Amino acid sequence: MINKVSPTLLHAVSCITDGASVMVSGFGDSGLPYALLSALLEHGAKDLTVISNNAGTGTAGLAGLIAAGRVRKMVCSYPKSSGADVFAEWYRSGRIALELVPQGTLIERMRAAGSGLGPFFTPTGYDTEVAEGKEQRMYSGKGYVLEEPLAADFALVKAHHADRWGNLTYRLAGRSFGPVMCMAARVAIAQVDDIVPLGTLAPDAVVTPGIFVSRVVRKEAVHAR
Amino acid sequence: MPANRLSRDQVARLVAADIAPGSYVNVGLGIPTLVAKYLDPAREIVLHSENGILGLRGLVPGEAGDDDLINASKEHVQLIPGASISDASVSFAMMRGGHLDATILGAFQVSQAGDIASWSTGEAGVVPGIGGAMDLVAGARRVIVAMQHTDRDGRPKLLRACTLPLTARRVATSIYTDRAVIDVDAERGFVVRAIVAGLAPGDLQAMTDAPLHYAPGLVTLEPSTT
Repeated sequence: MINKVSPTLLHAVSCITDGASVMVSGFGDSGLPYALLSALLEHGAKDLTVISNNAGTGTAGLAGLIAAGRVRKMVCSYPKSSGADVFAEWYRSGRIALELVPQGTLIERMRAAGSGLGPFFTPTGYDTEVAEGKEQRMYSGKGYVLEEPLAADFALVKAHHADRWGNLTYRLAGRSFGPVMCMAARVAIAQVDDIVPLGTLAPDAVVTPGIFVSRVVRKEAVHAR
Repeated sequence: MPANRLSRDQVARLVAADIAPGSYVNVGLGIPTLVAKYLDPAREIVLHSENGILGLRGLVPGEAGDDDLINASKEHVQLIPGASISDASVSFAMMRGGHLDATILGAFQVSQAGDIASWSTGEAGVVPGIGGAMDLVAGARRVIVAMQHTDRDGRPKLLRACTLPLTARRVATSIYTDRAVIDVDAERGFVVRAIVAGLAPGDLQAMTDAPLHYAPGLVTLEPSTT
């Protein structure tokens, strides 16, 4: 029997080791898996490379991990949202590395990794600082930059409903980075509002098929029940 | 507000009036966010937000927000009838793939060739941020910049060549500032289409680094008091 349901949030993230690369879904606070991030903080893994669109705001979630010194490097497109004070402080004092990637390139690098593709050409960033050191080429009169696939050891994703096979649905724009990160990570872990019986999710409503997902856990599953 | 200057809202209104009915448009941070306020719903201009929303509107006073519905400024928004949600890779396909009619964004600098610098001040210790800007300007059919004509210290932002790290080369099509509306022509550079009342061409040139040309039928813009 396939059963990807973790009894607790802490159990769900217990496989994350020191030095791991971890994708974290969300656009700002929307779609950010706060419950999994709290569990990861409690779990204690360190020297993490975190791949996420933003670098956390306030003091919880990603900002909490950074403030606790668990993140060695951030790979993101926009770490300067209002309220991103923890990252700014750690960045200025040189205690965290930053790889700044245009958002569409970040997404497509993950999609390439998850889809079994190699490097690809994108017009984004052509002949700018982000193209430095990369192959650039003209194609049909337009300039392109060669970008590498981006895989990760783990993905922490916020979804809406799951079943025990790991099929996922999302709620509104909370979807954003979830599907592509589940594809690009070796182990994708989803926190969900609810876990429903197998066969309950309409097949054509499933956005991320369970083949891309290793673990699902209810966002309230602080203690086993 | 000096008489020979447009308010941010007035700049936003001018941009809004320049968008064709039925267009699919992305609006960025700053003055561009204000543009949405001045789009007449009857013209069915569909707003795109990079986090996967096509068809959004601002909240009406007192309306509750939903944390799973925000715009690029991370403000709560709502969906309009006909809206759709897609994941990040499809949303960026809309942007980079040439499907948006226009993108409206702010910038630190724009060059007479249409180069845009909008993501890094180049100063040590200041956190840079690219977000979706490089993808938007790489793909949108029209790239409209809405910004102040000069920076906080009064230095020109419309330049012969940008000095800050570039977002993209040769992409800006029009620039809306508090002083003028300027089109970027591939051969001539900056061509002023409209100028604020009370400002002489010589004054506008003095606050612009690159040479200005003037379109036939130059329009004068009256600053409003509202």
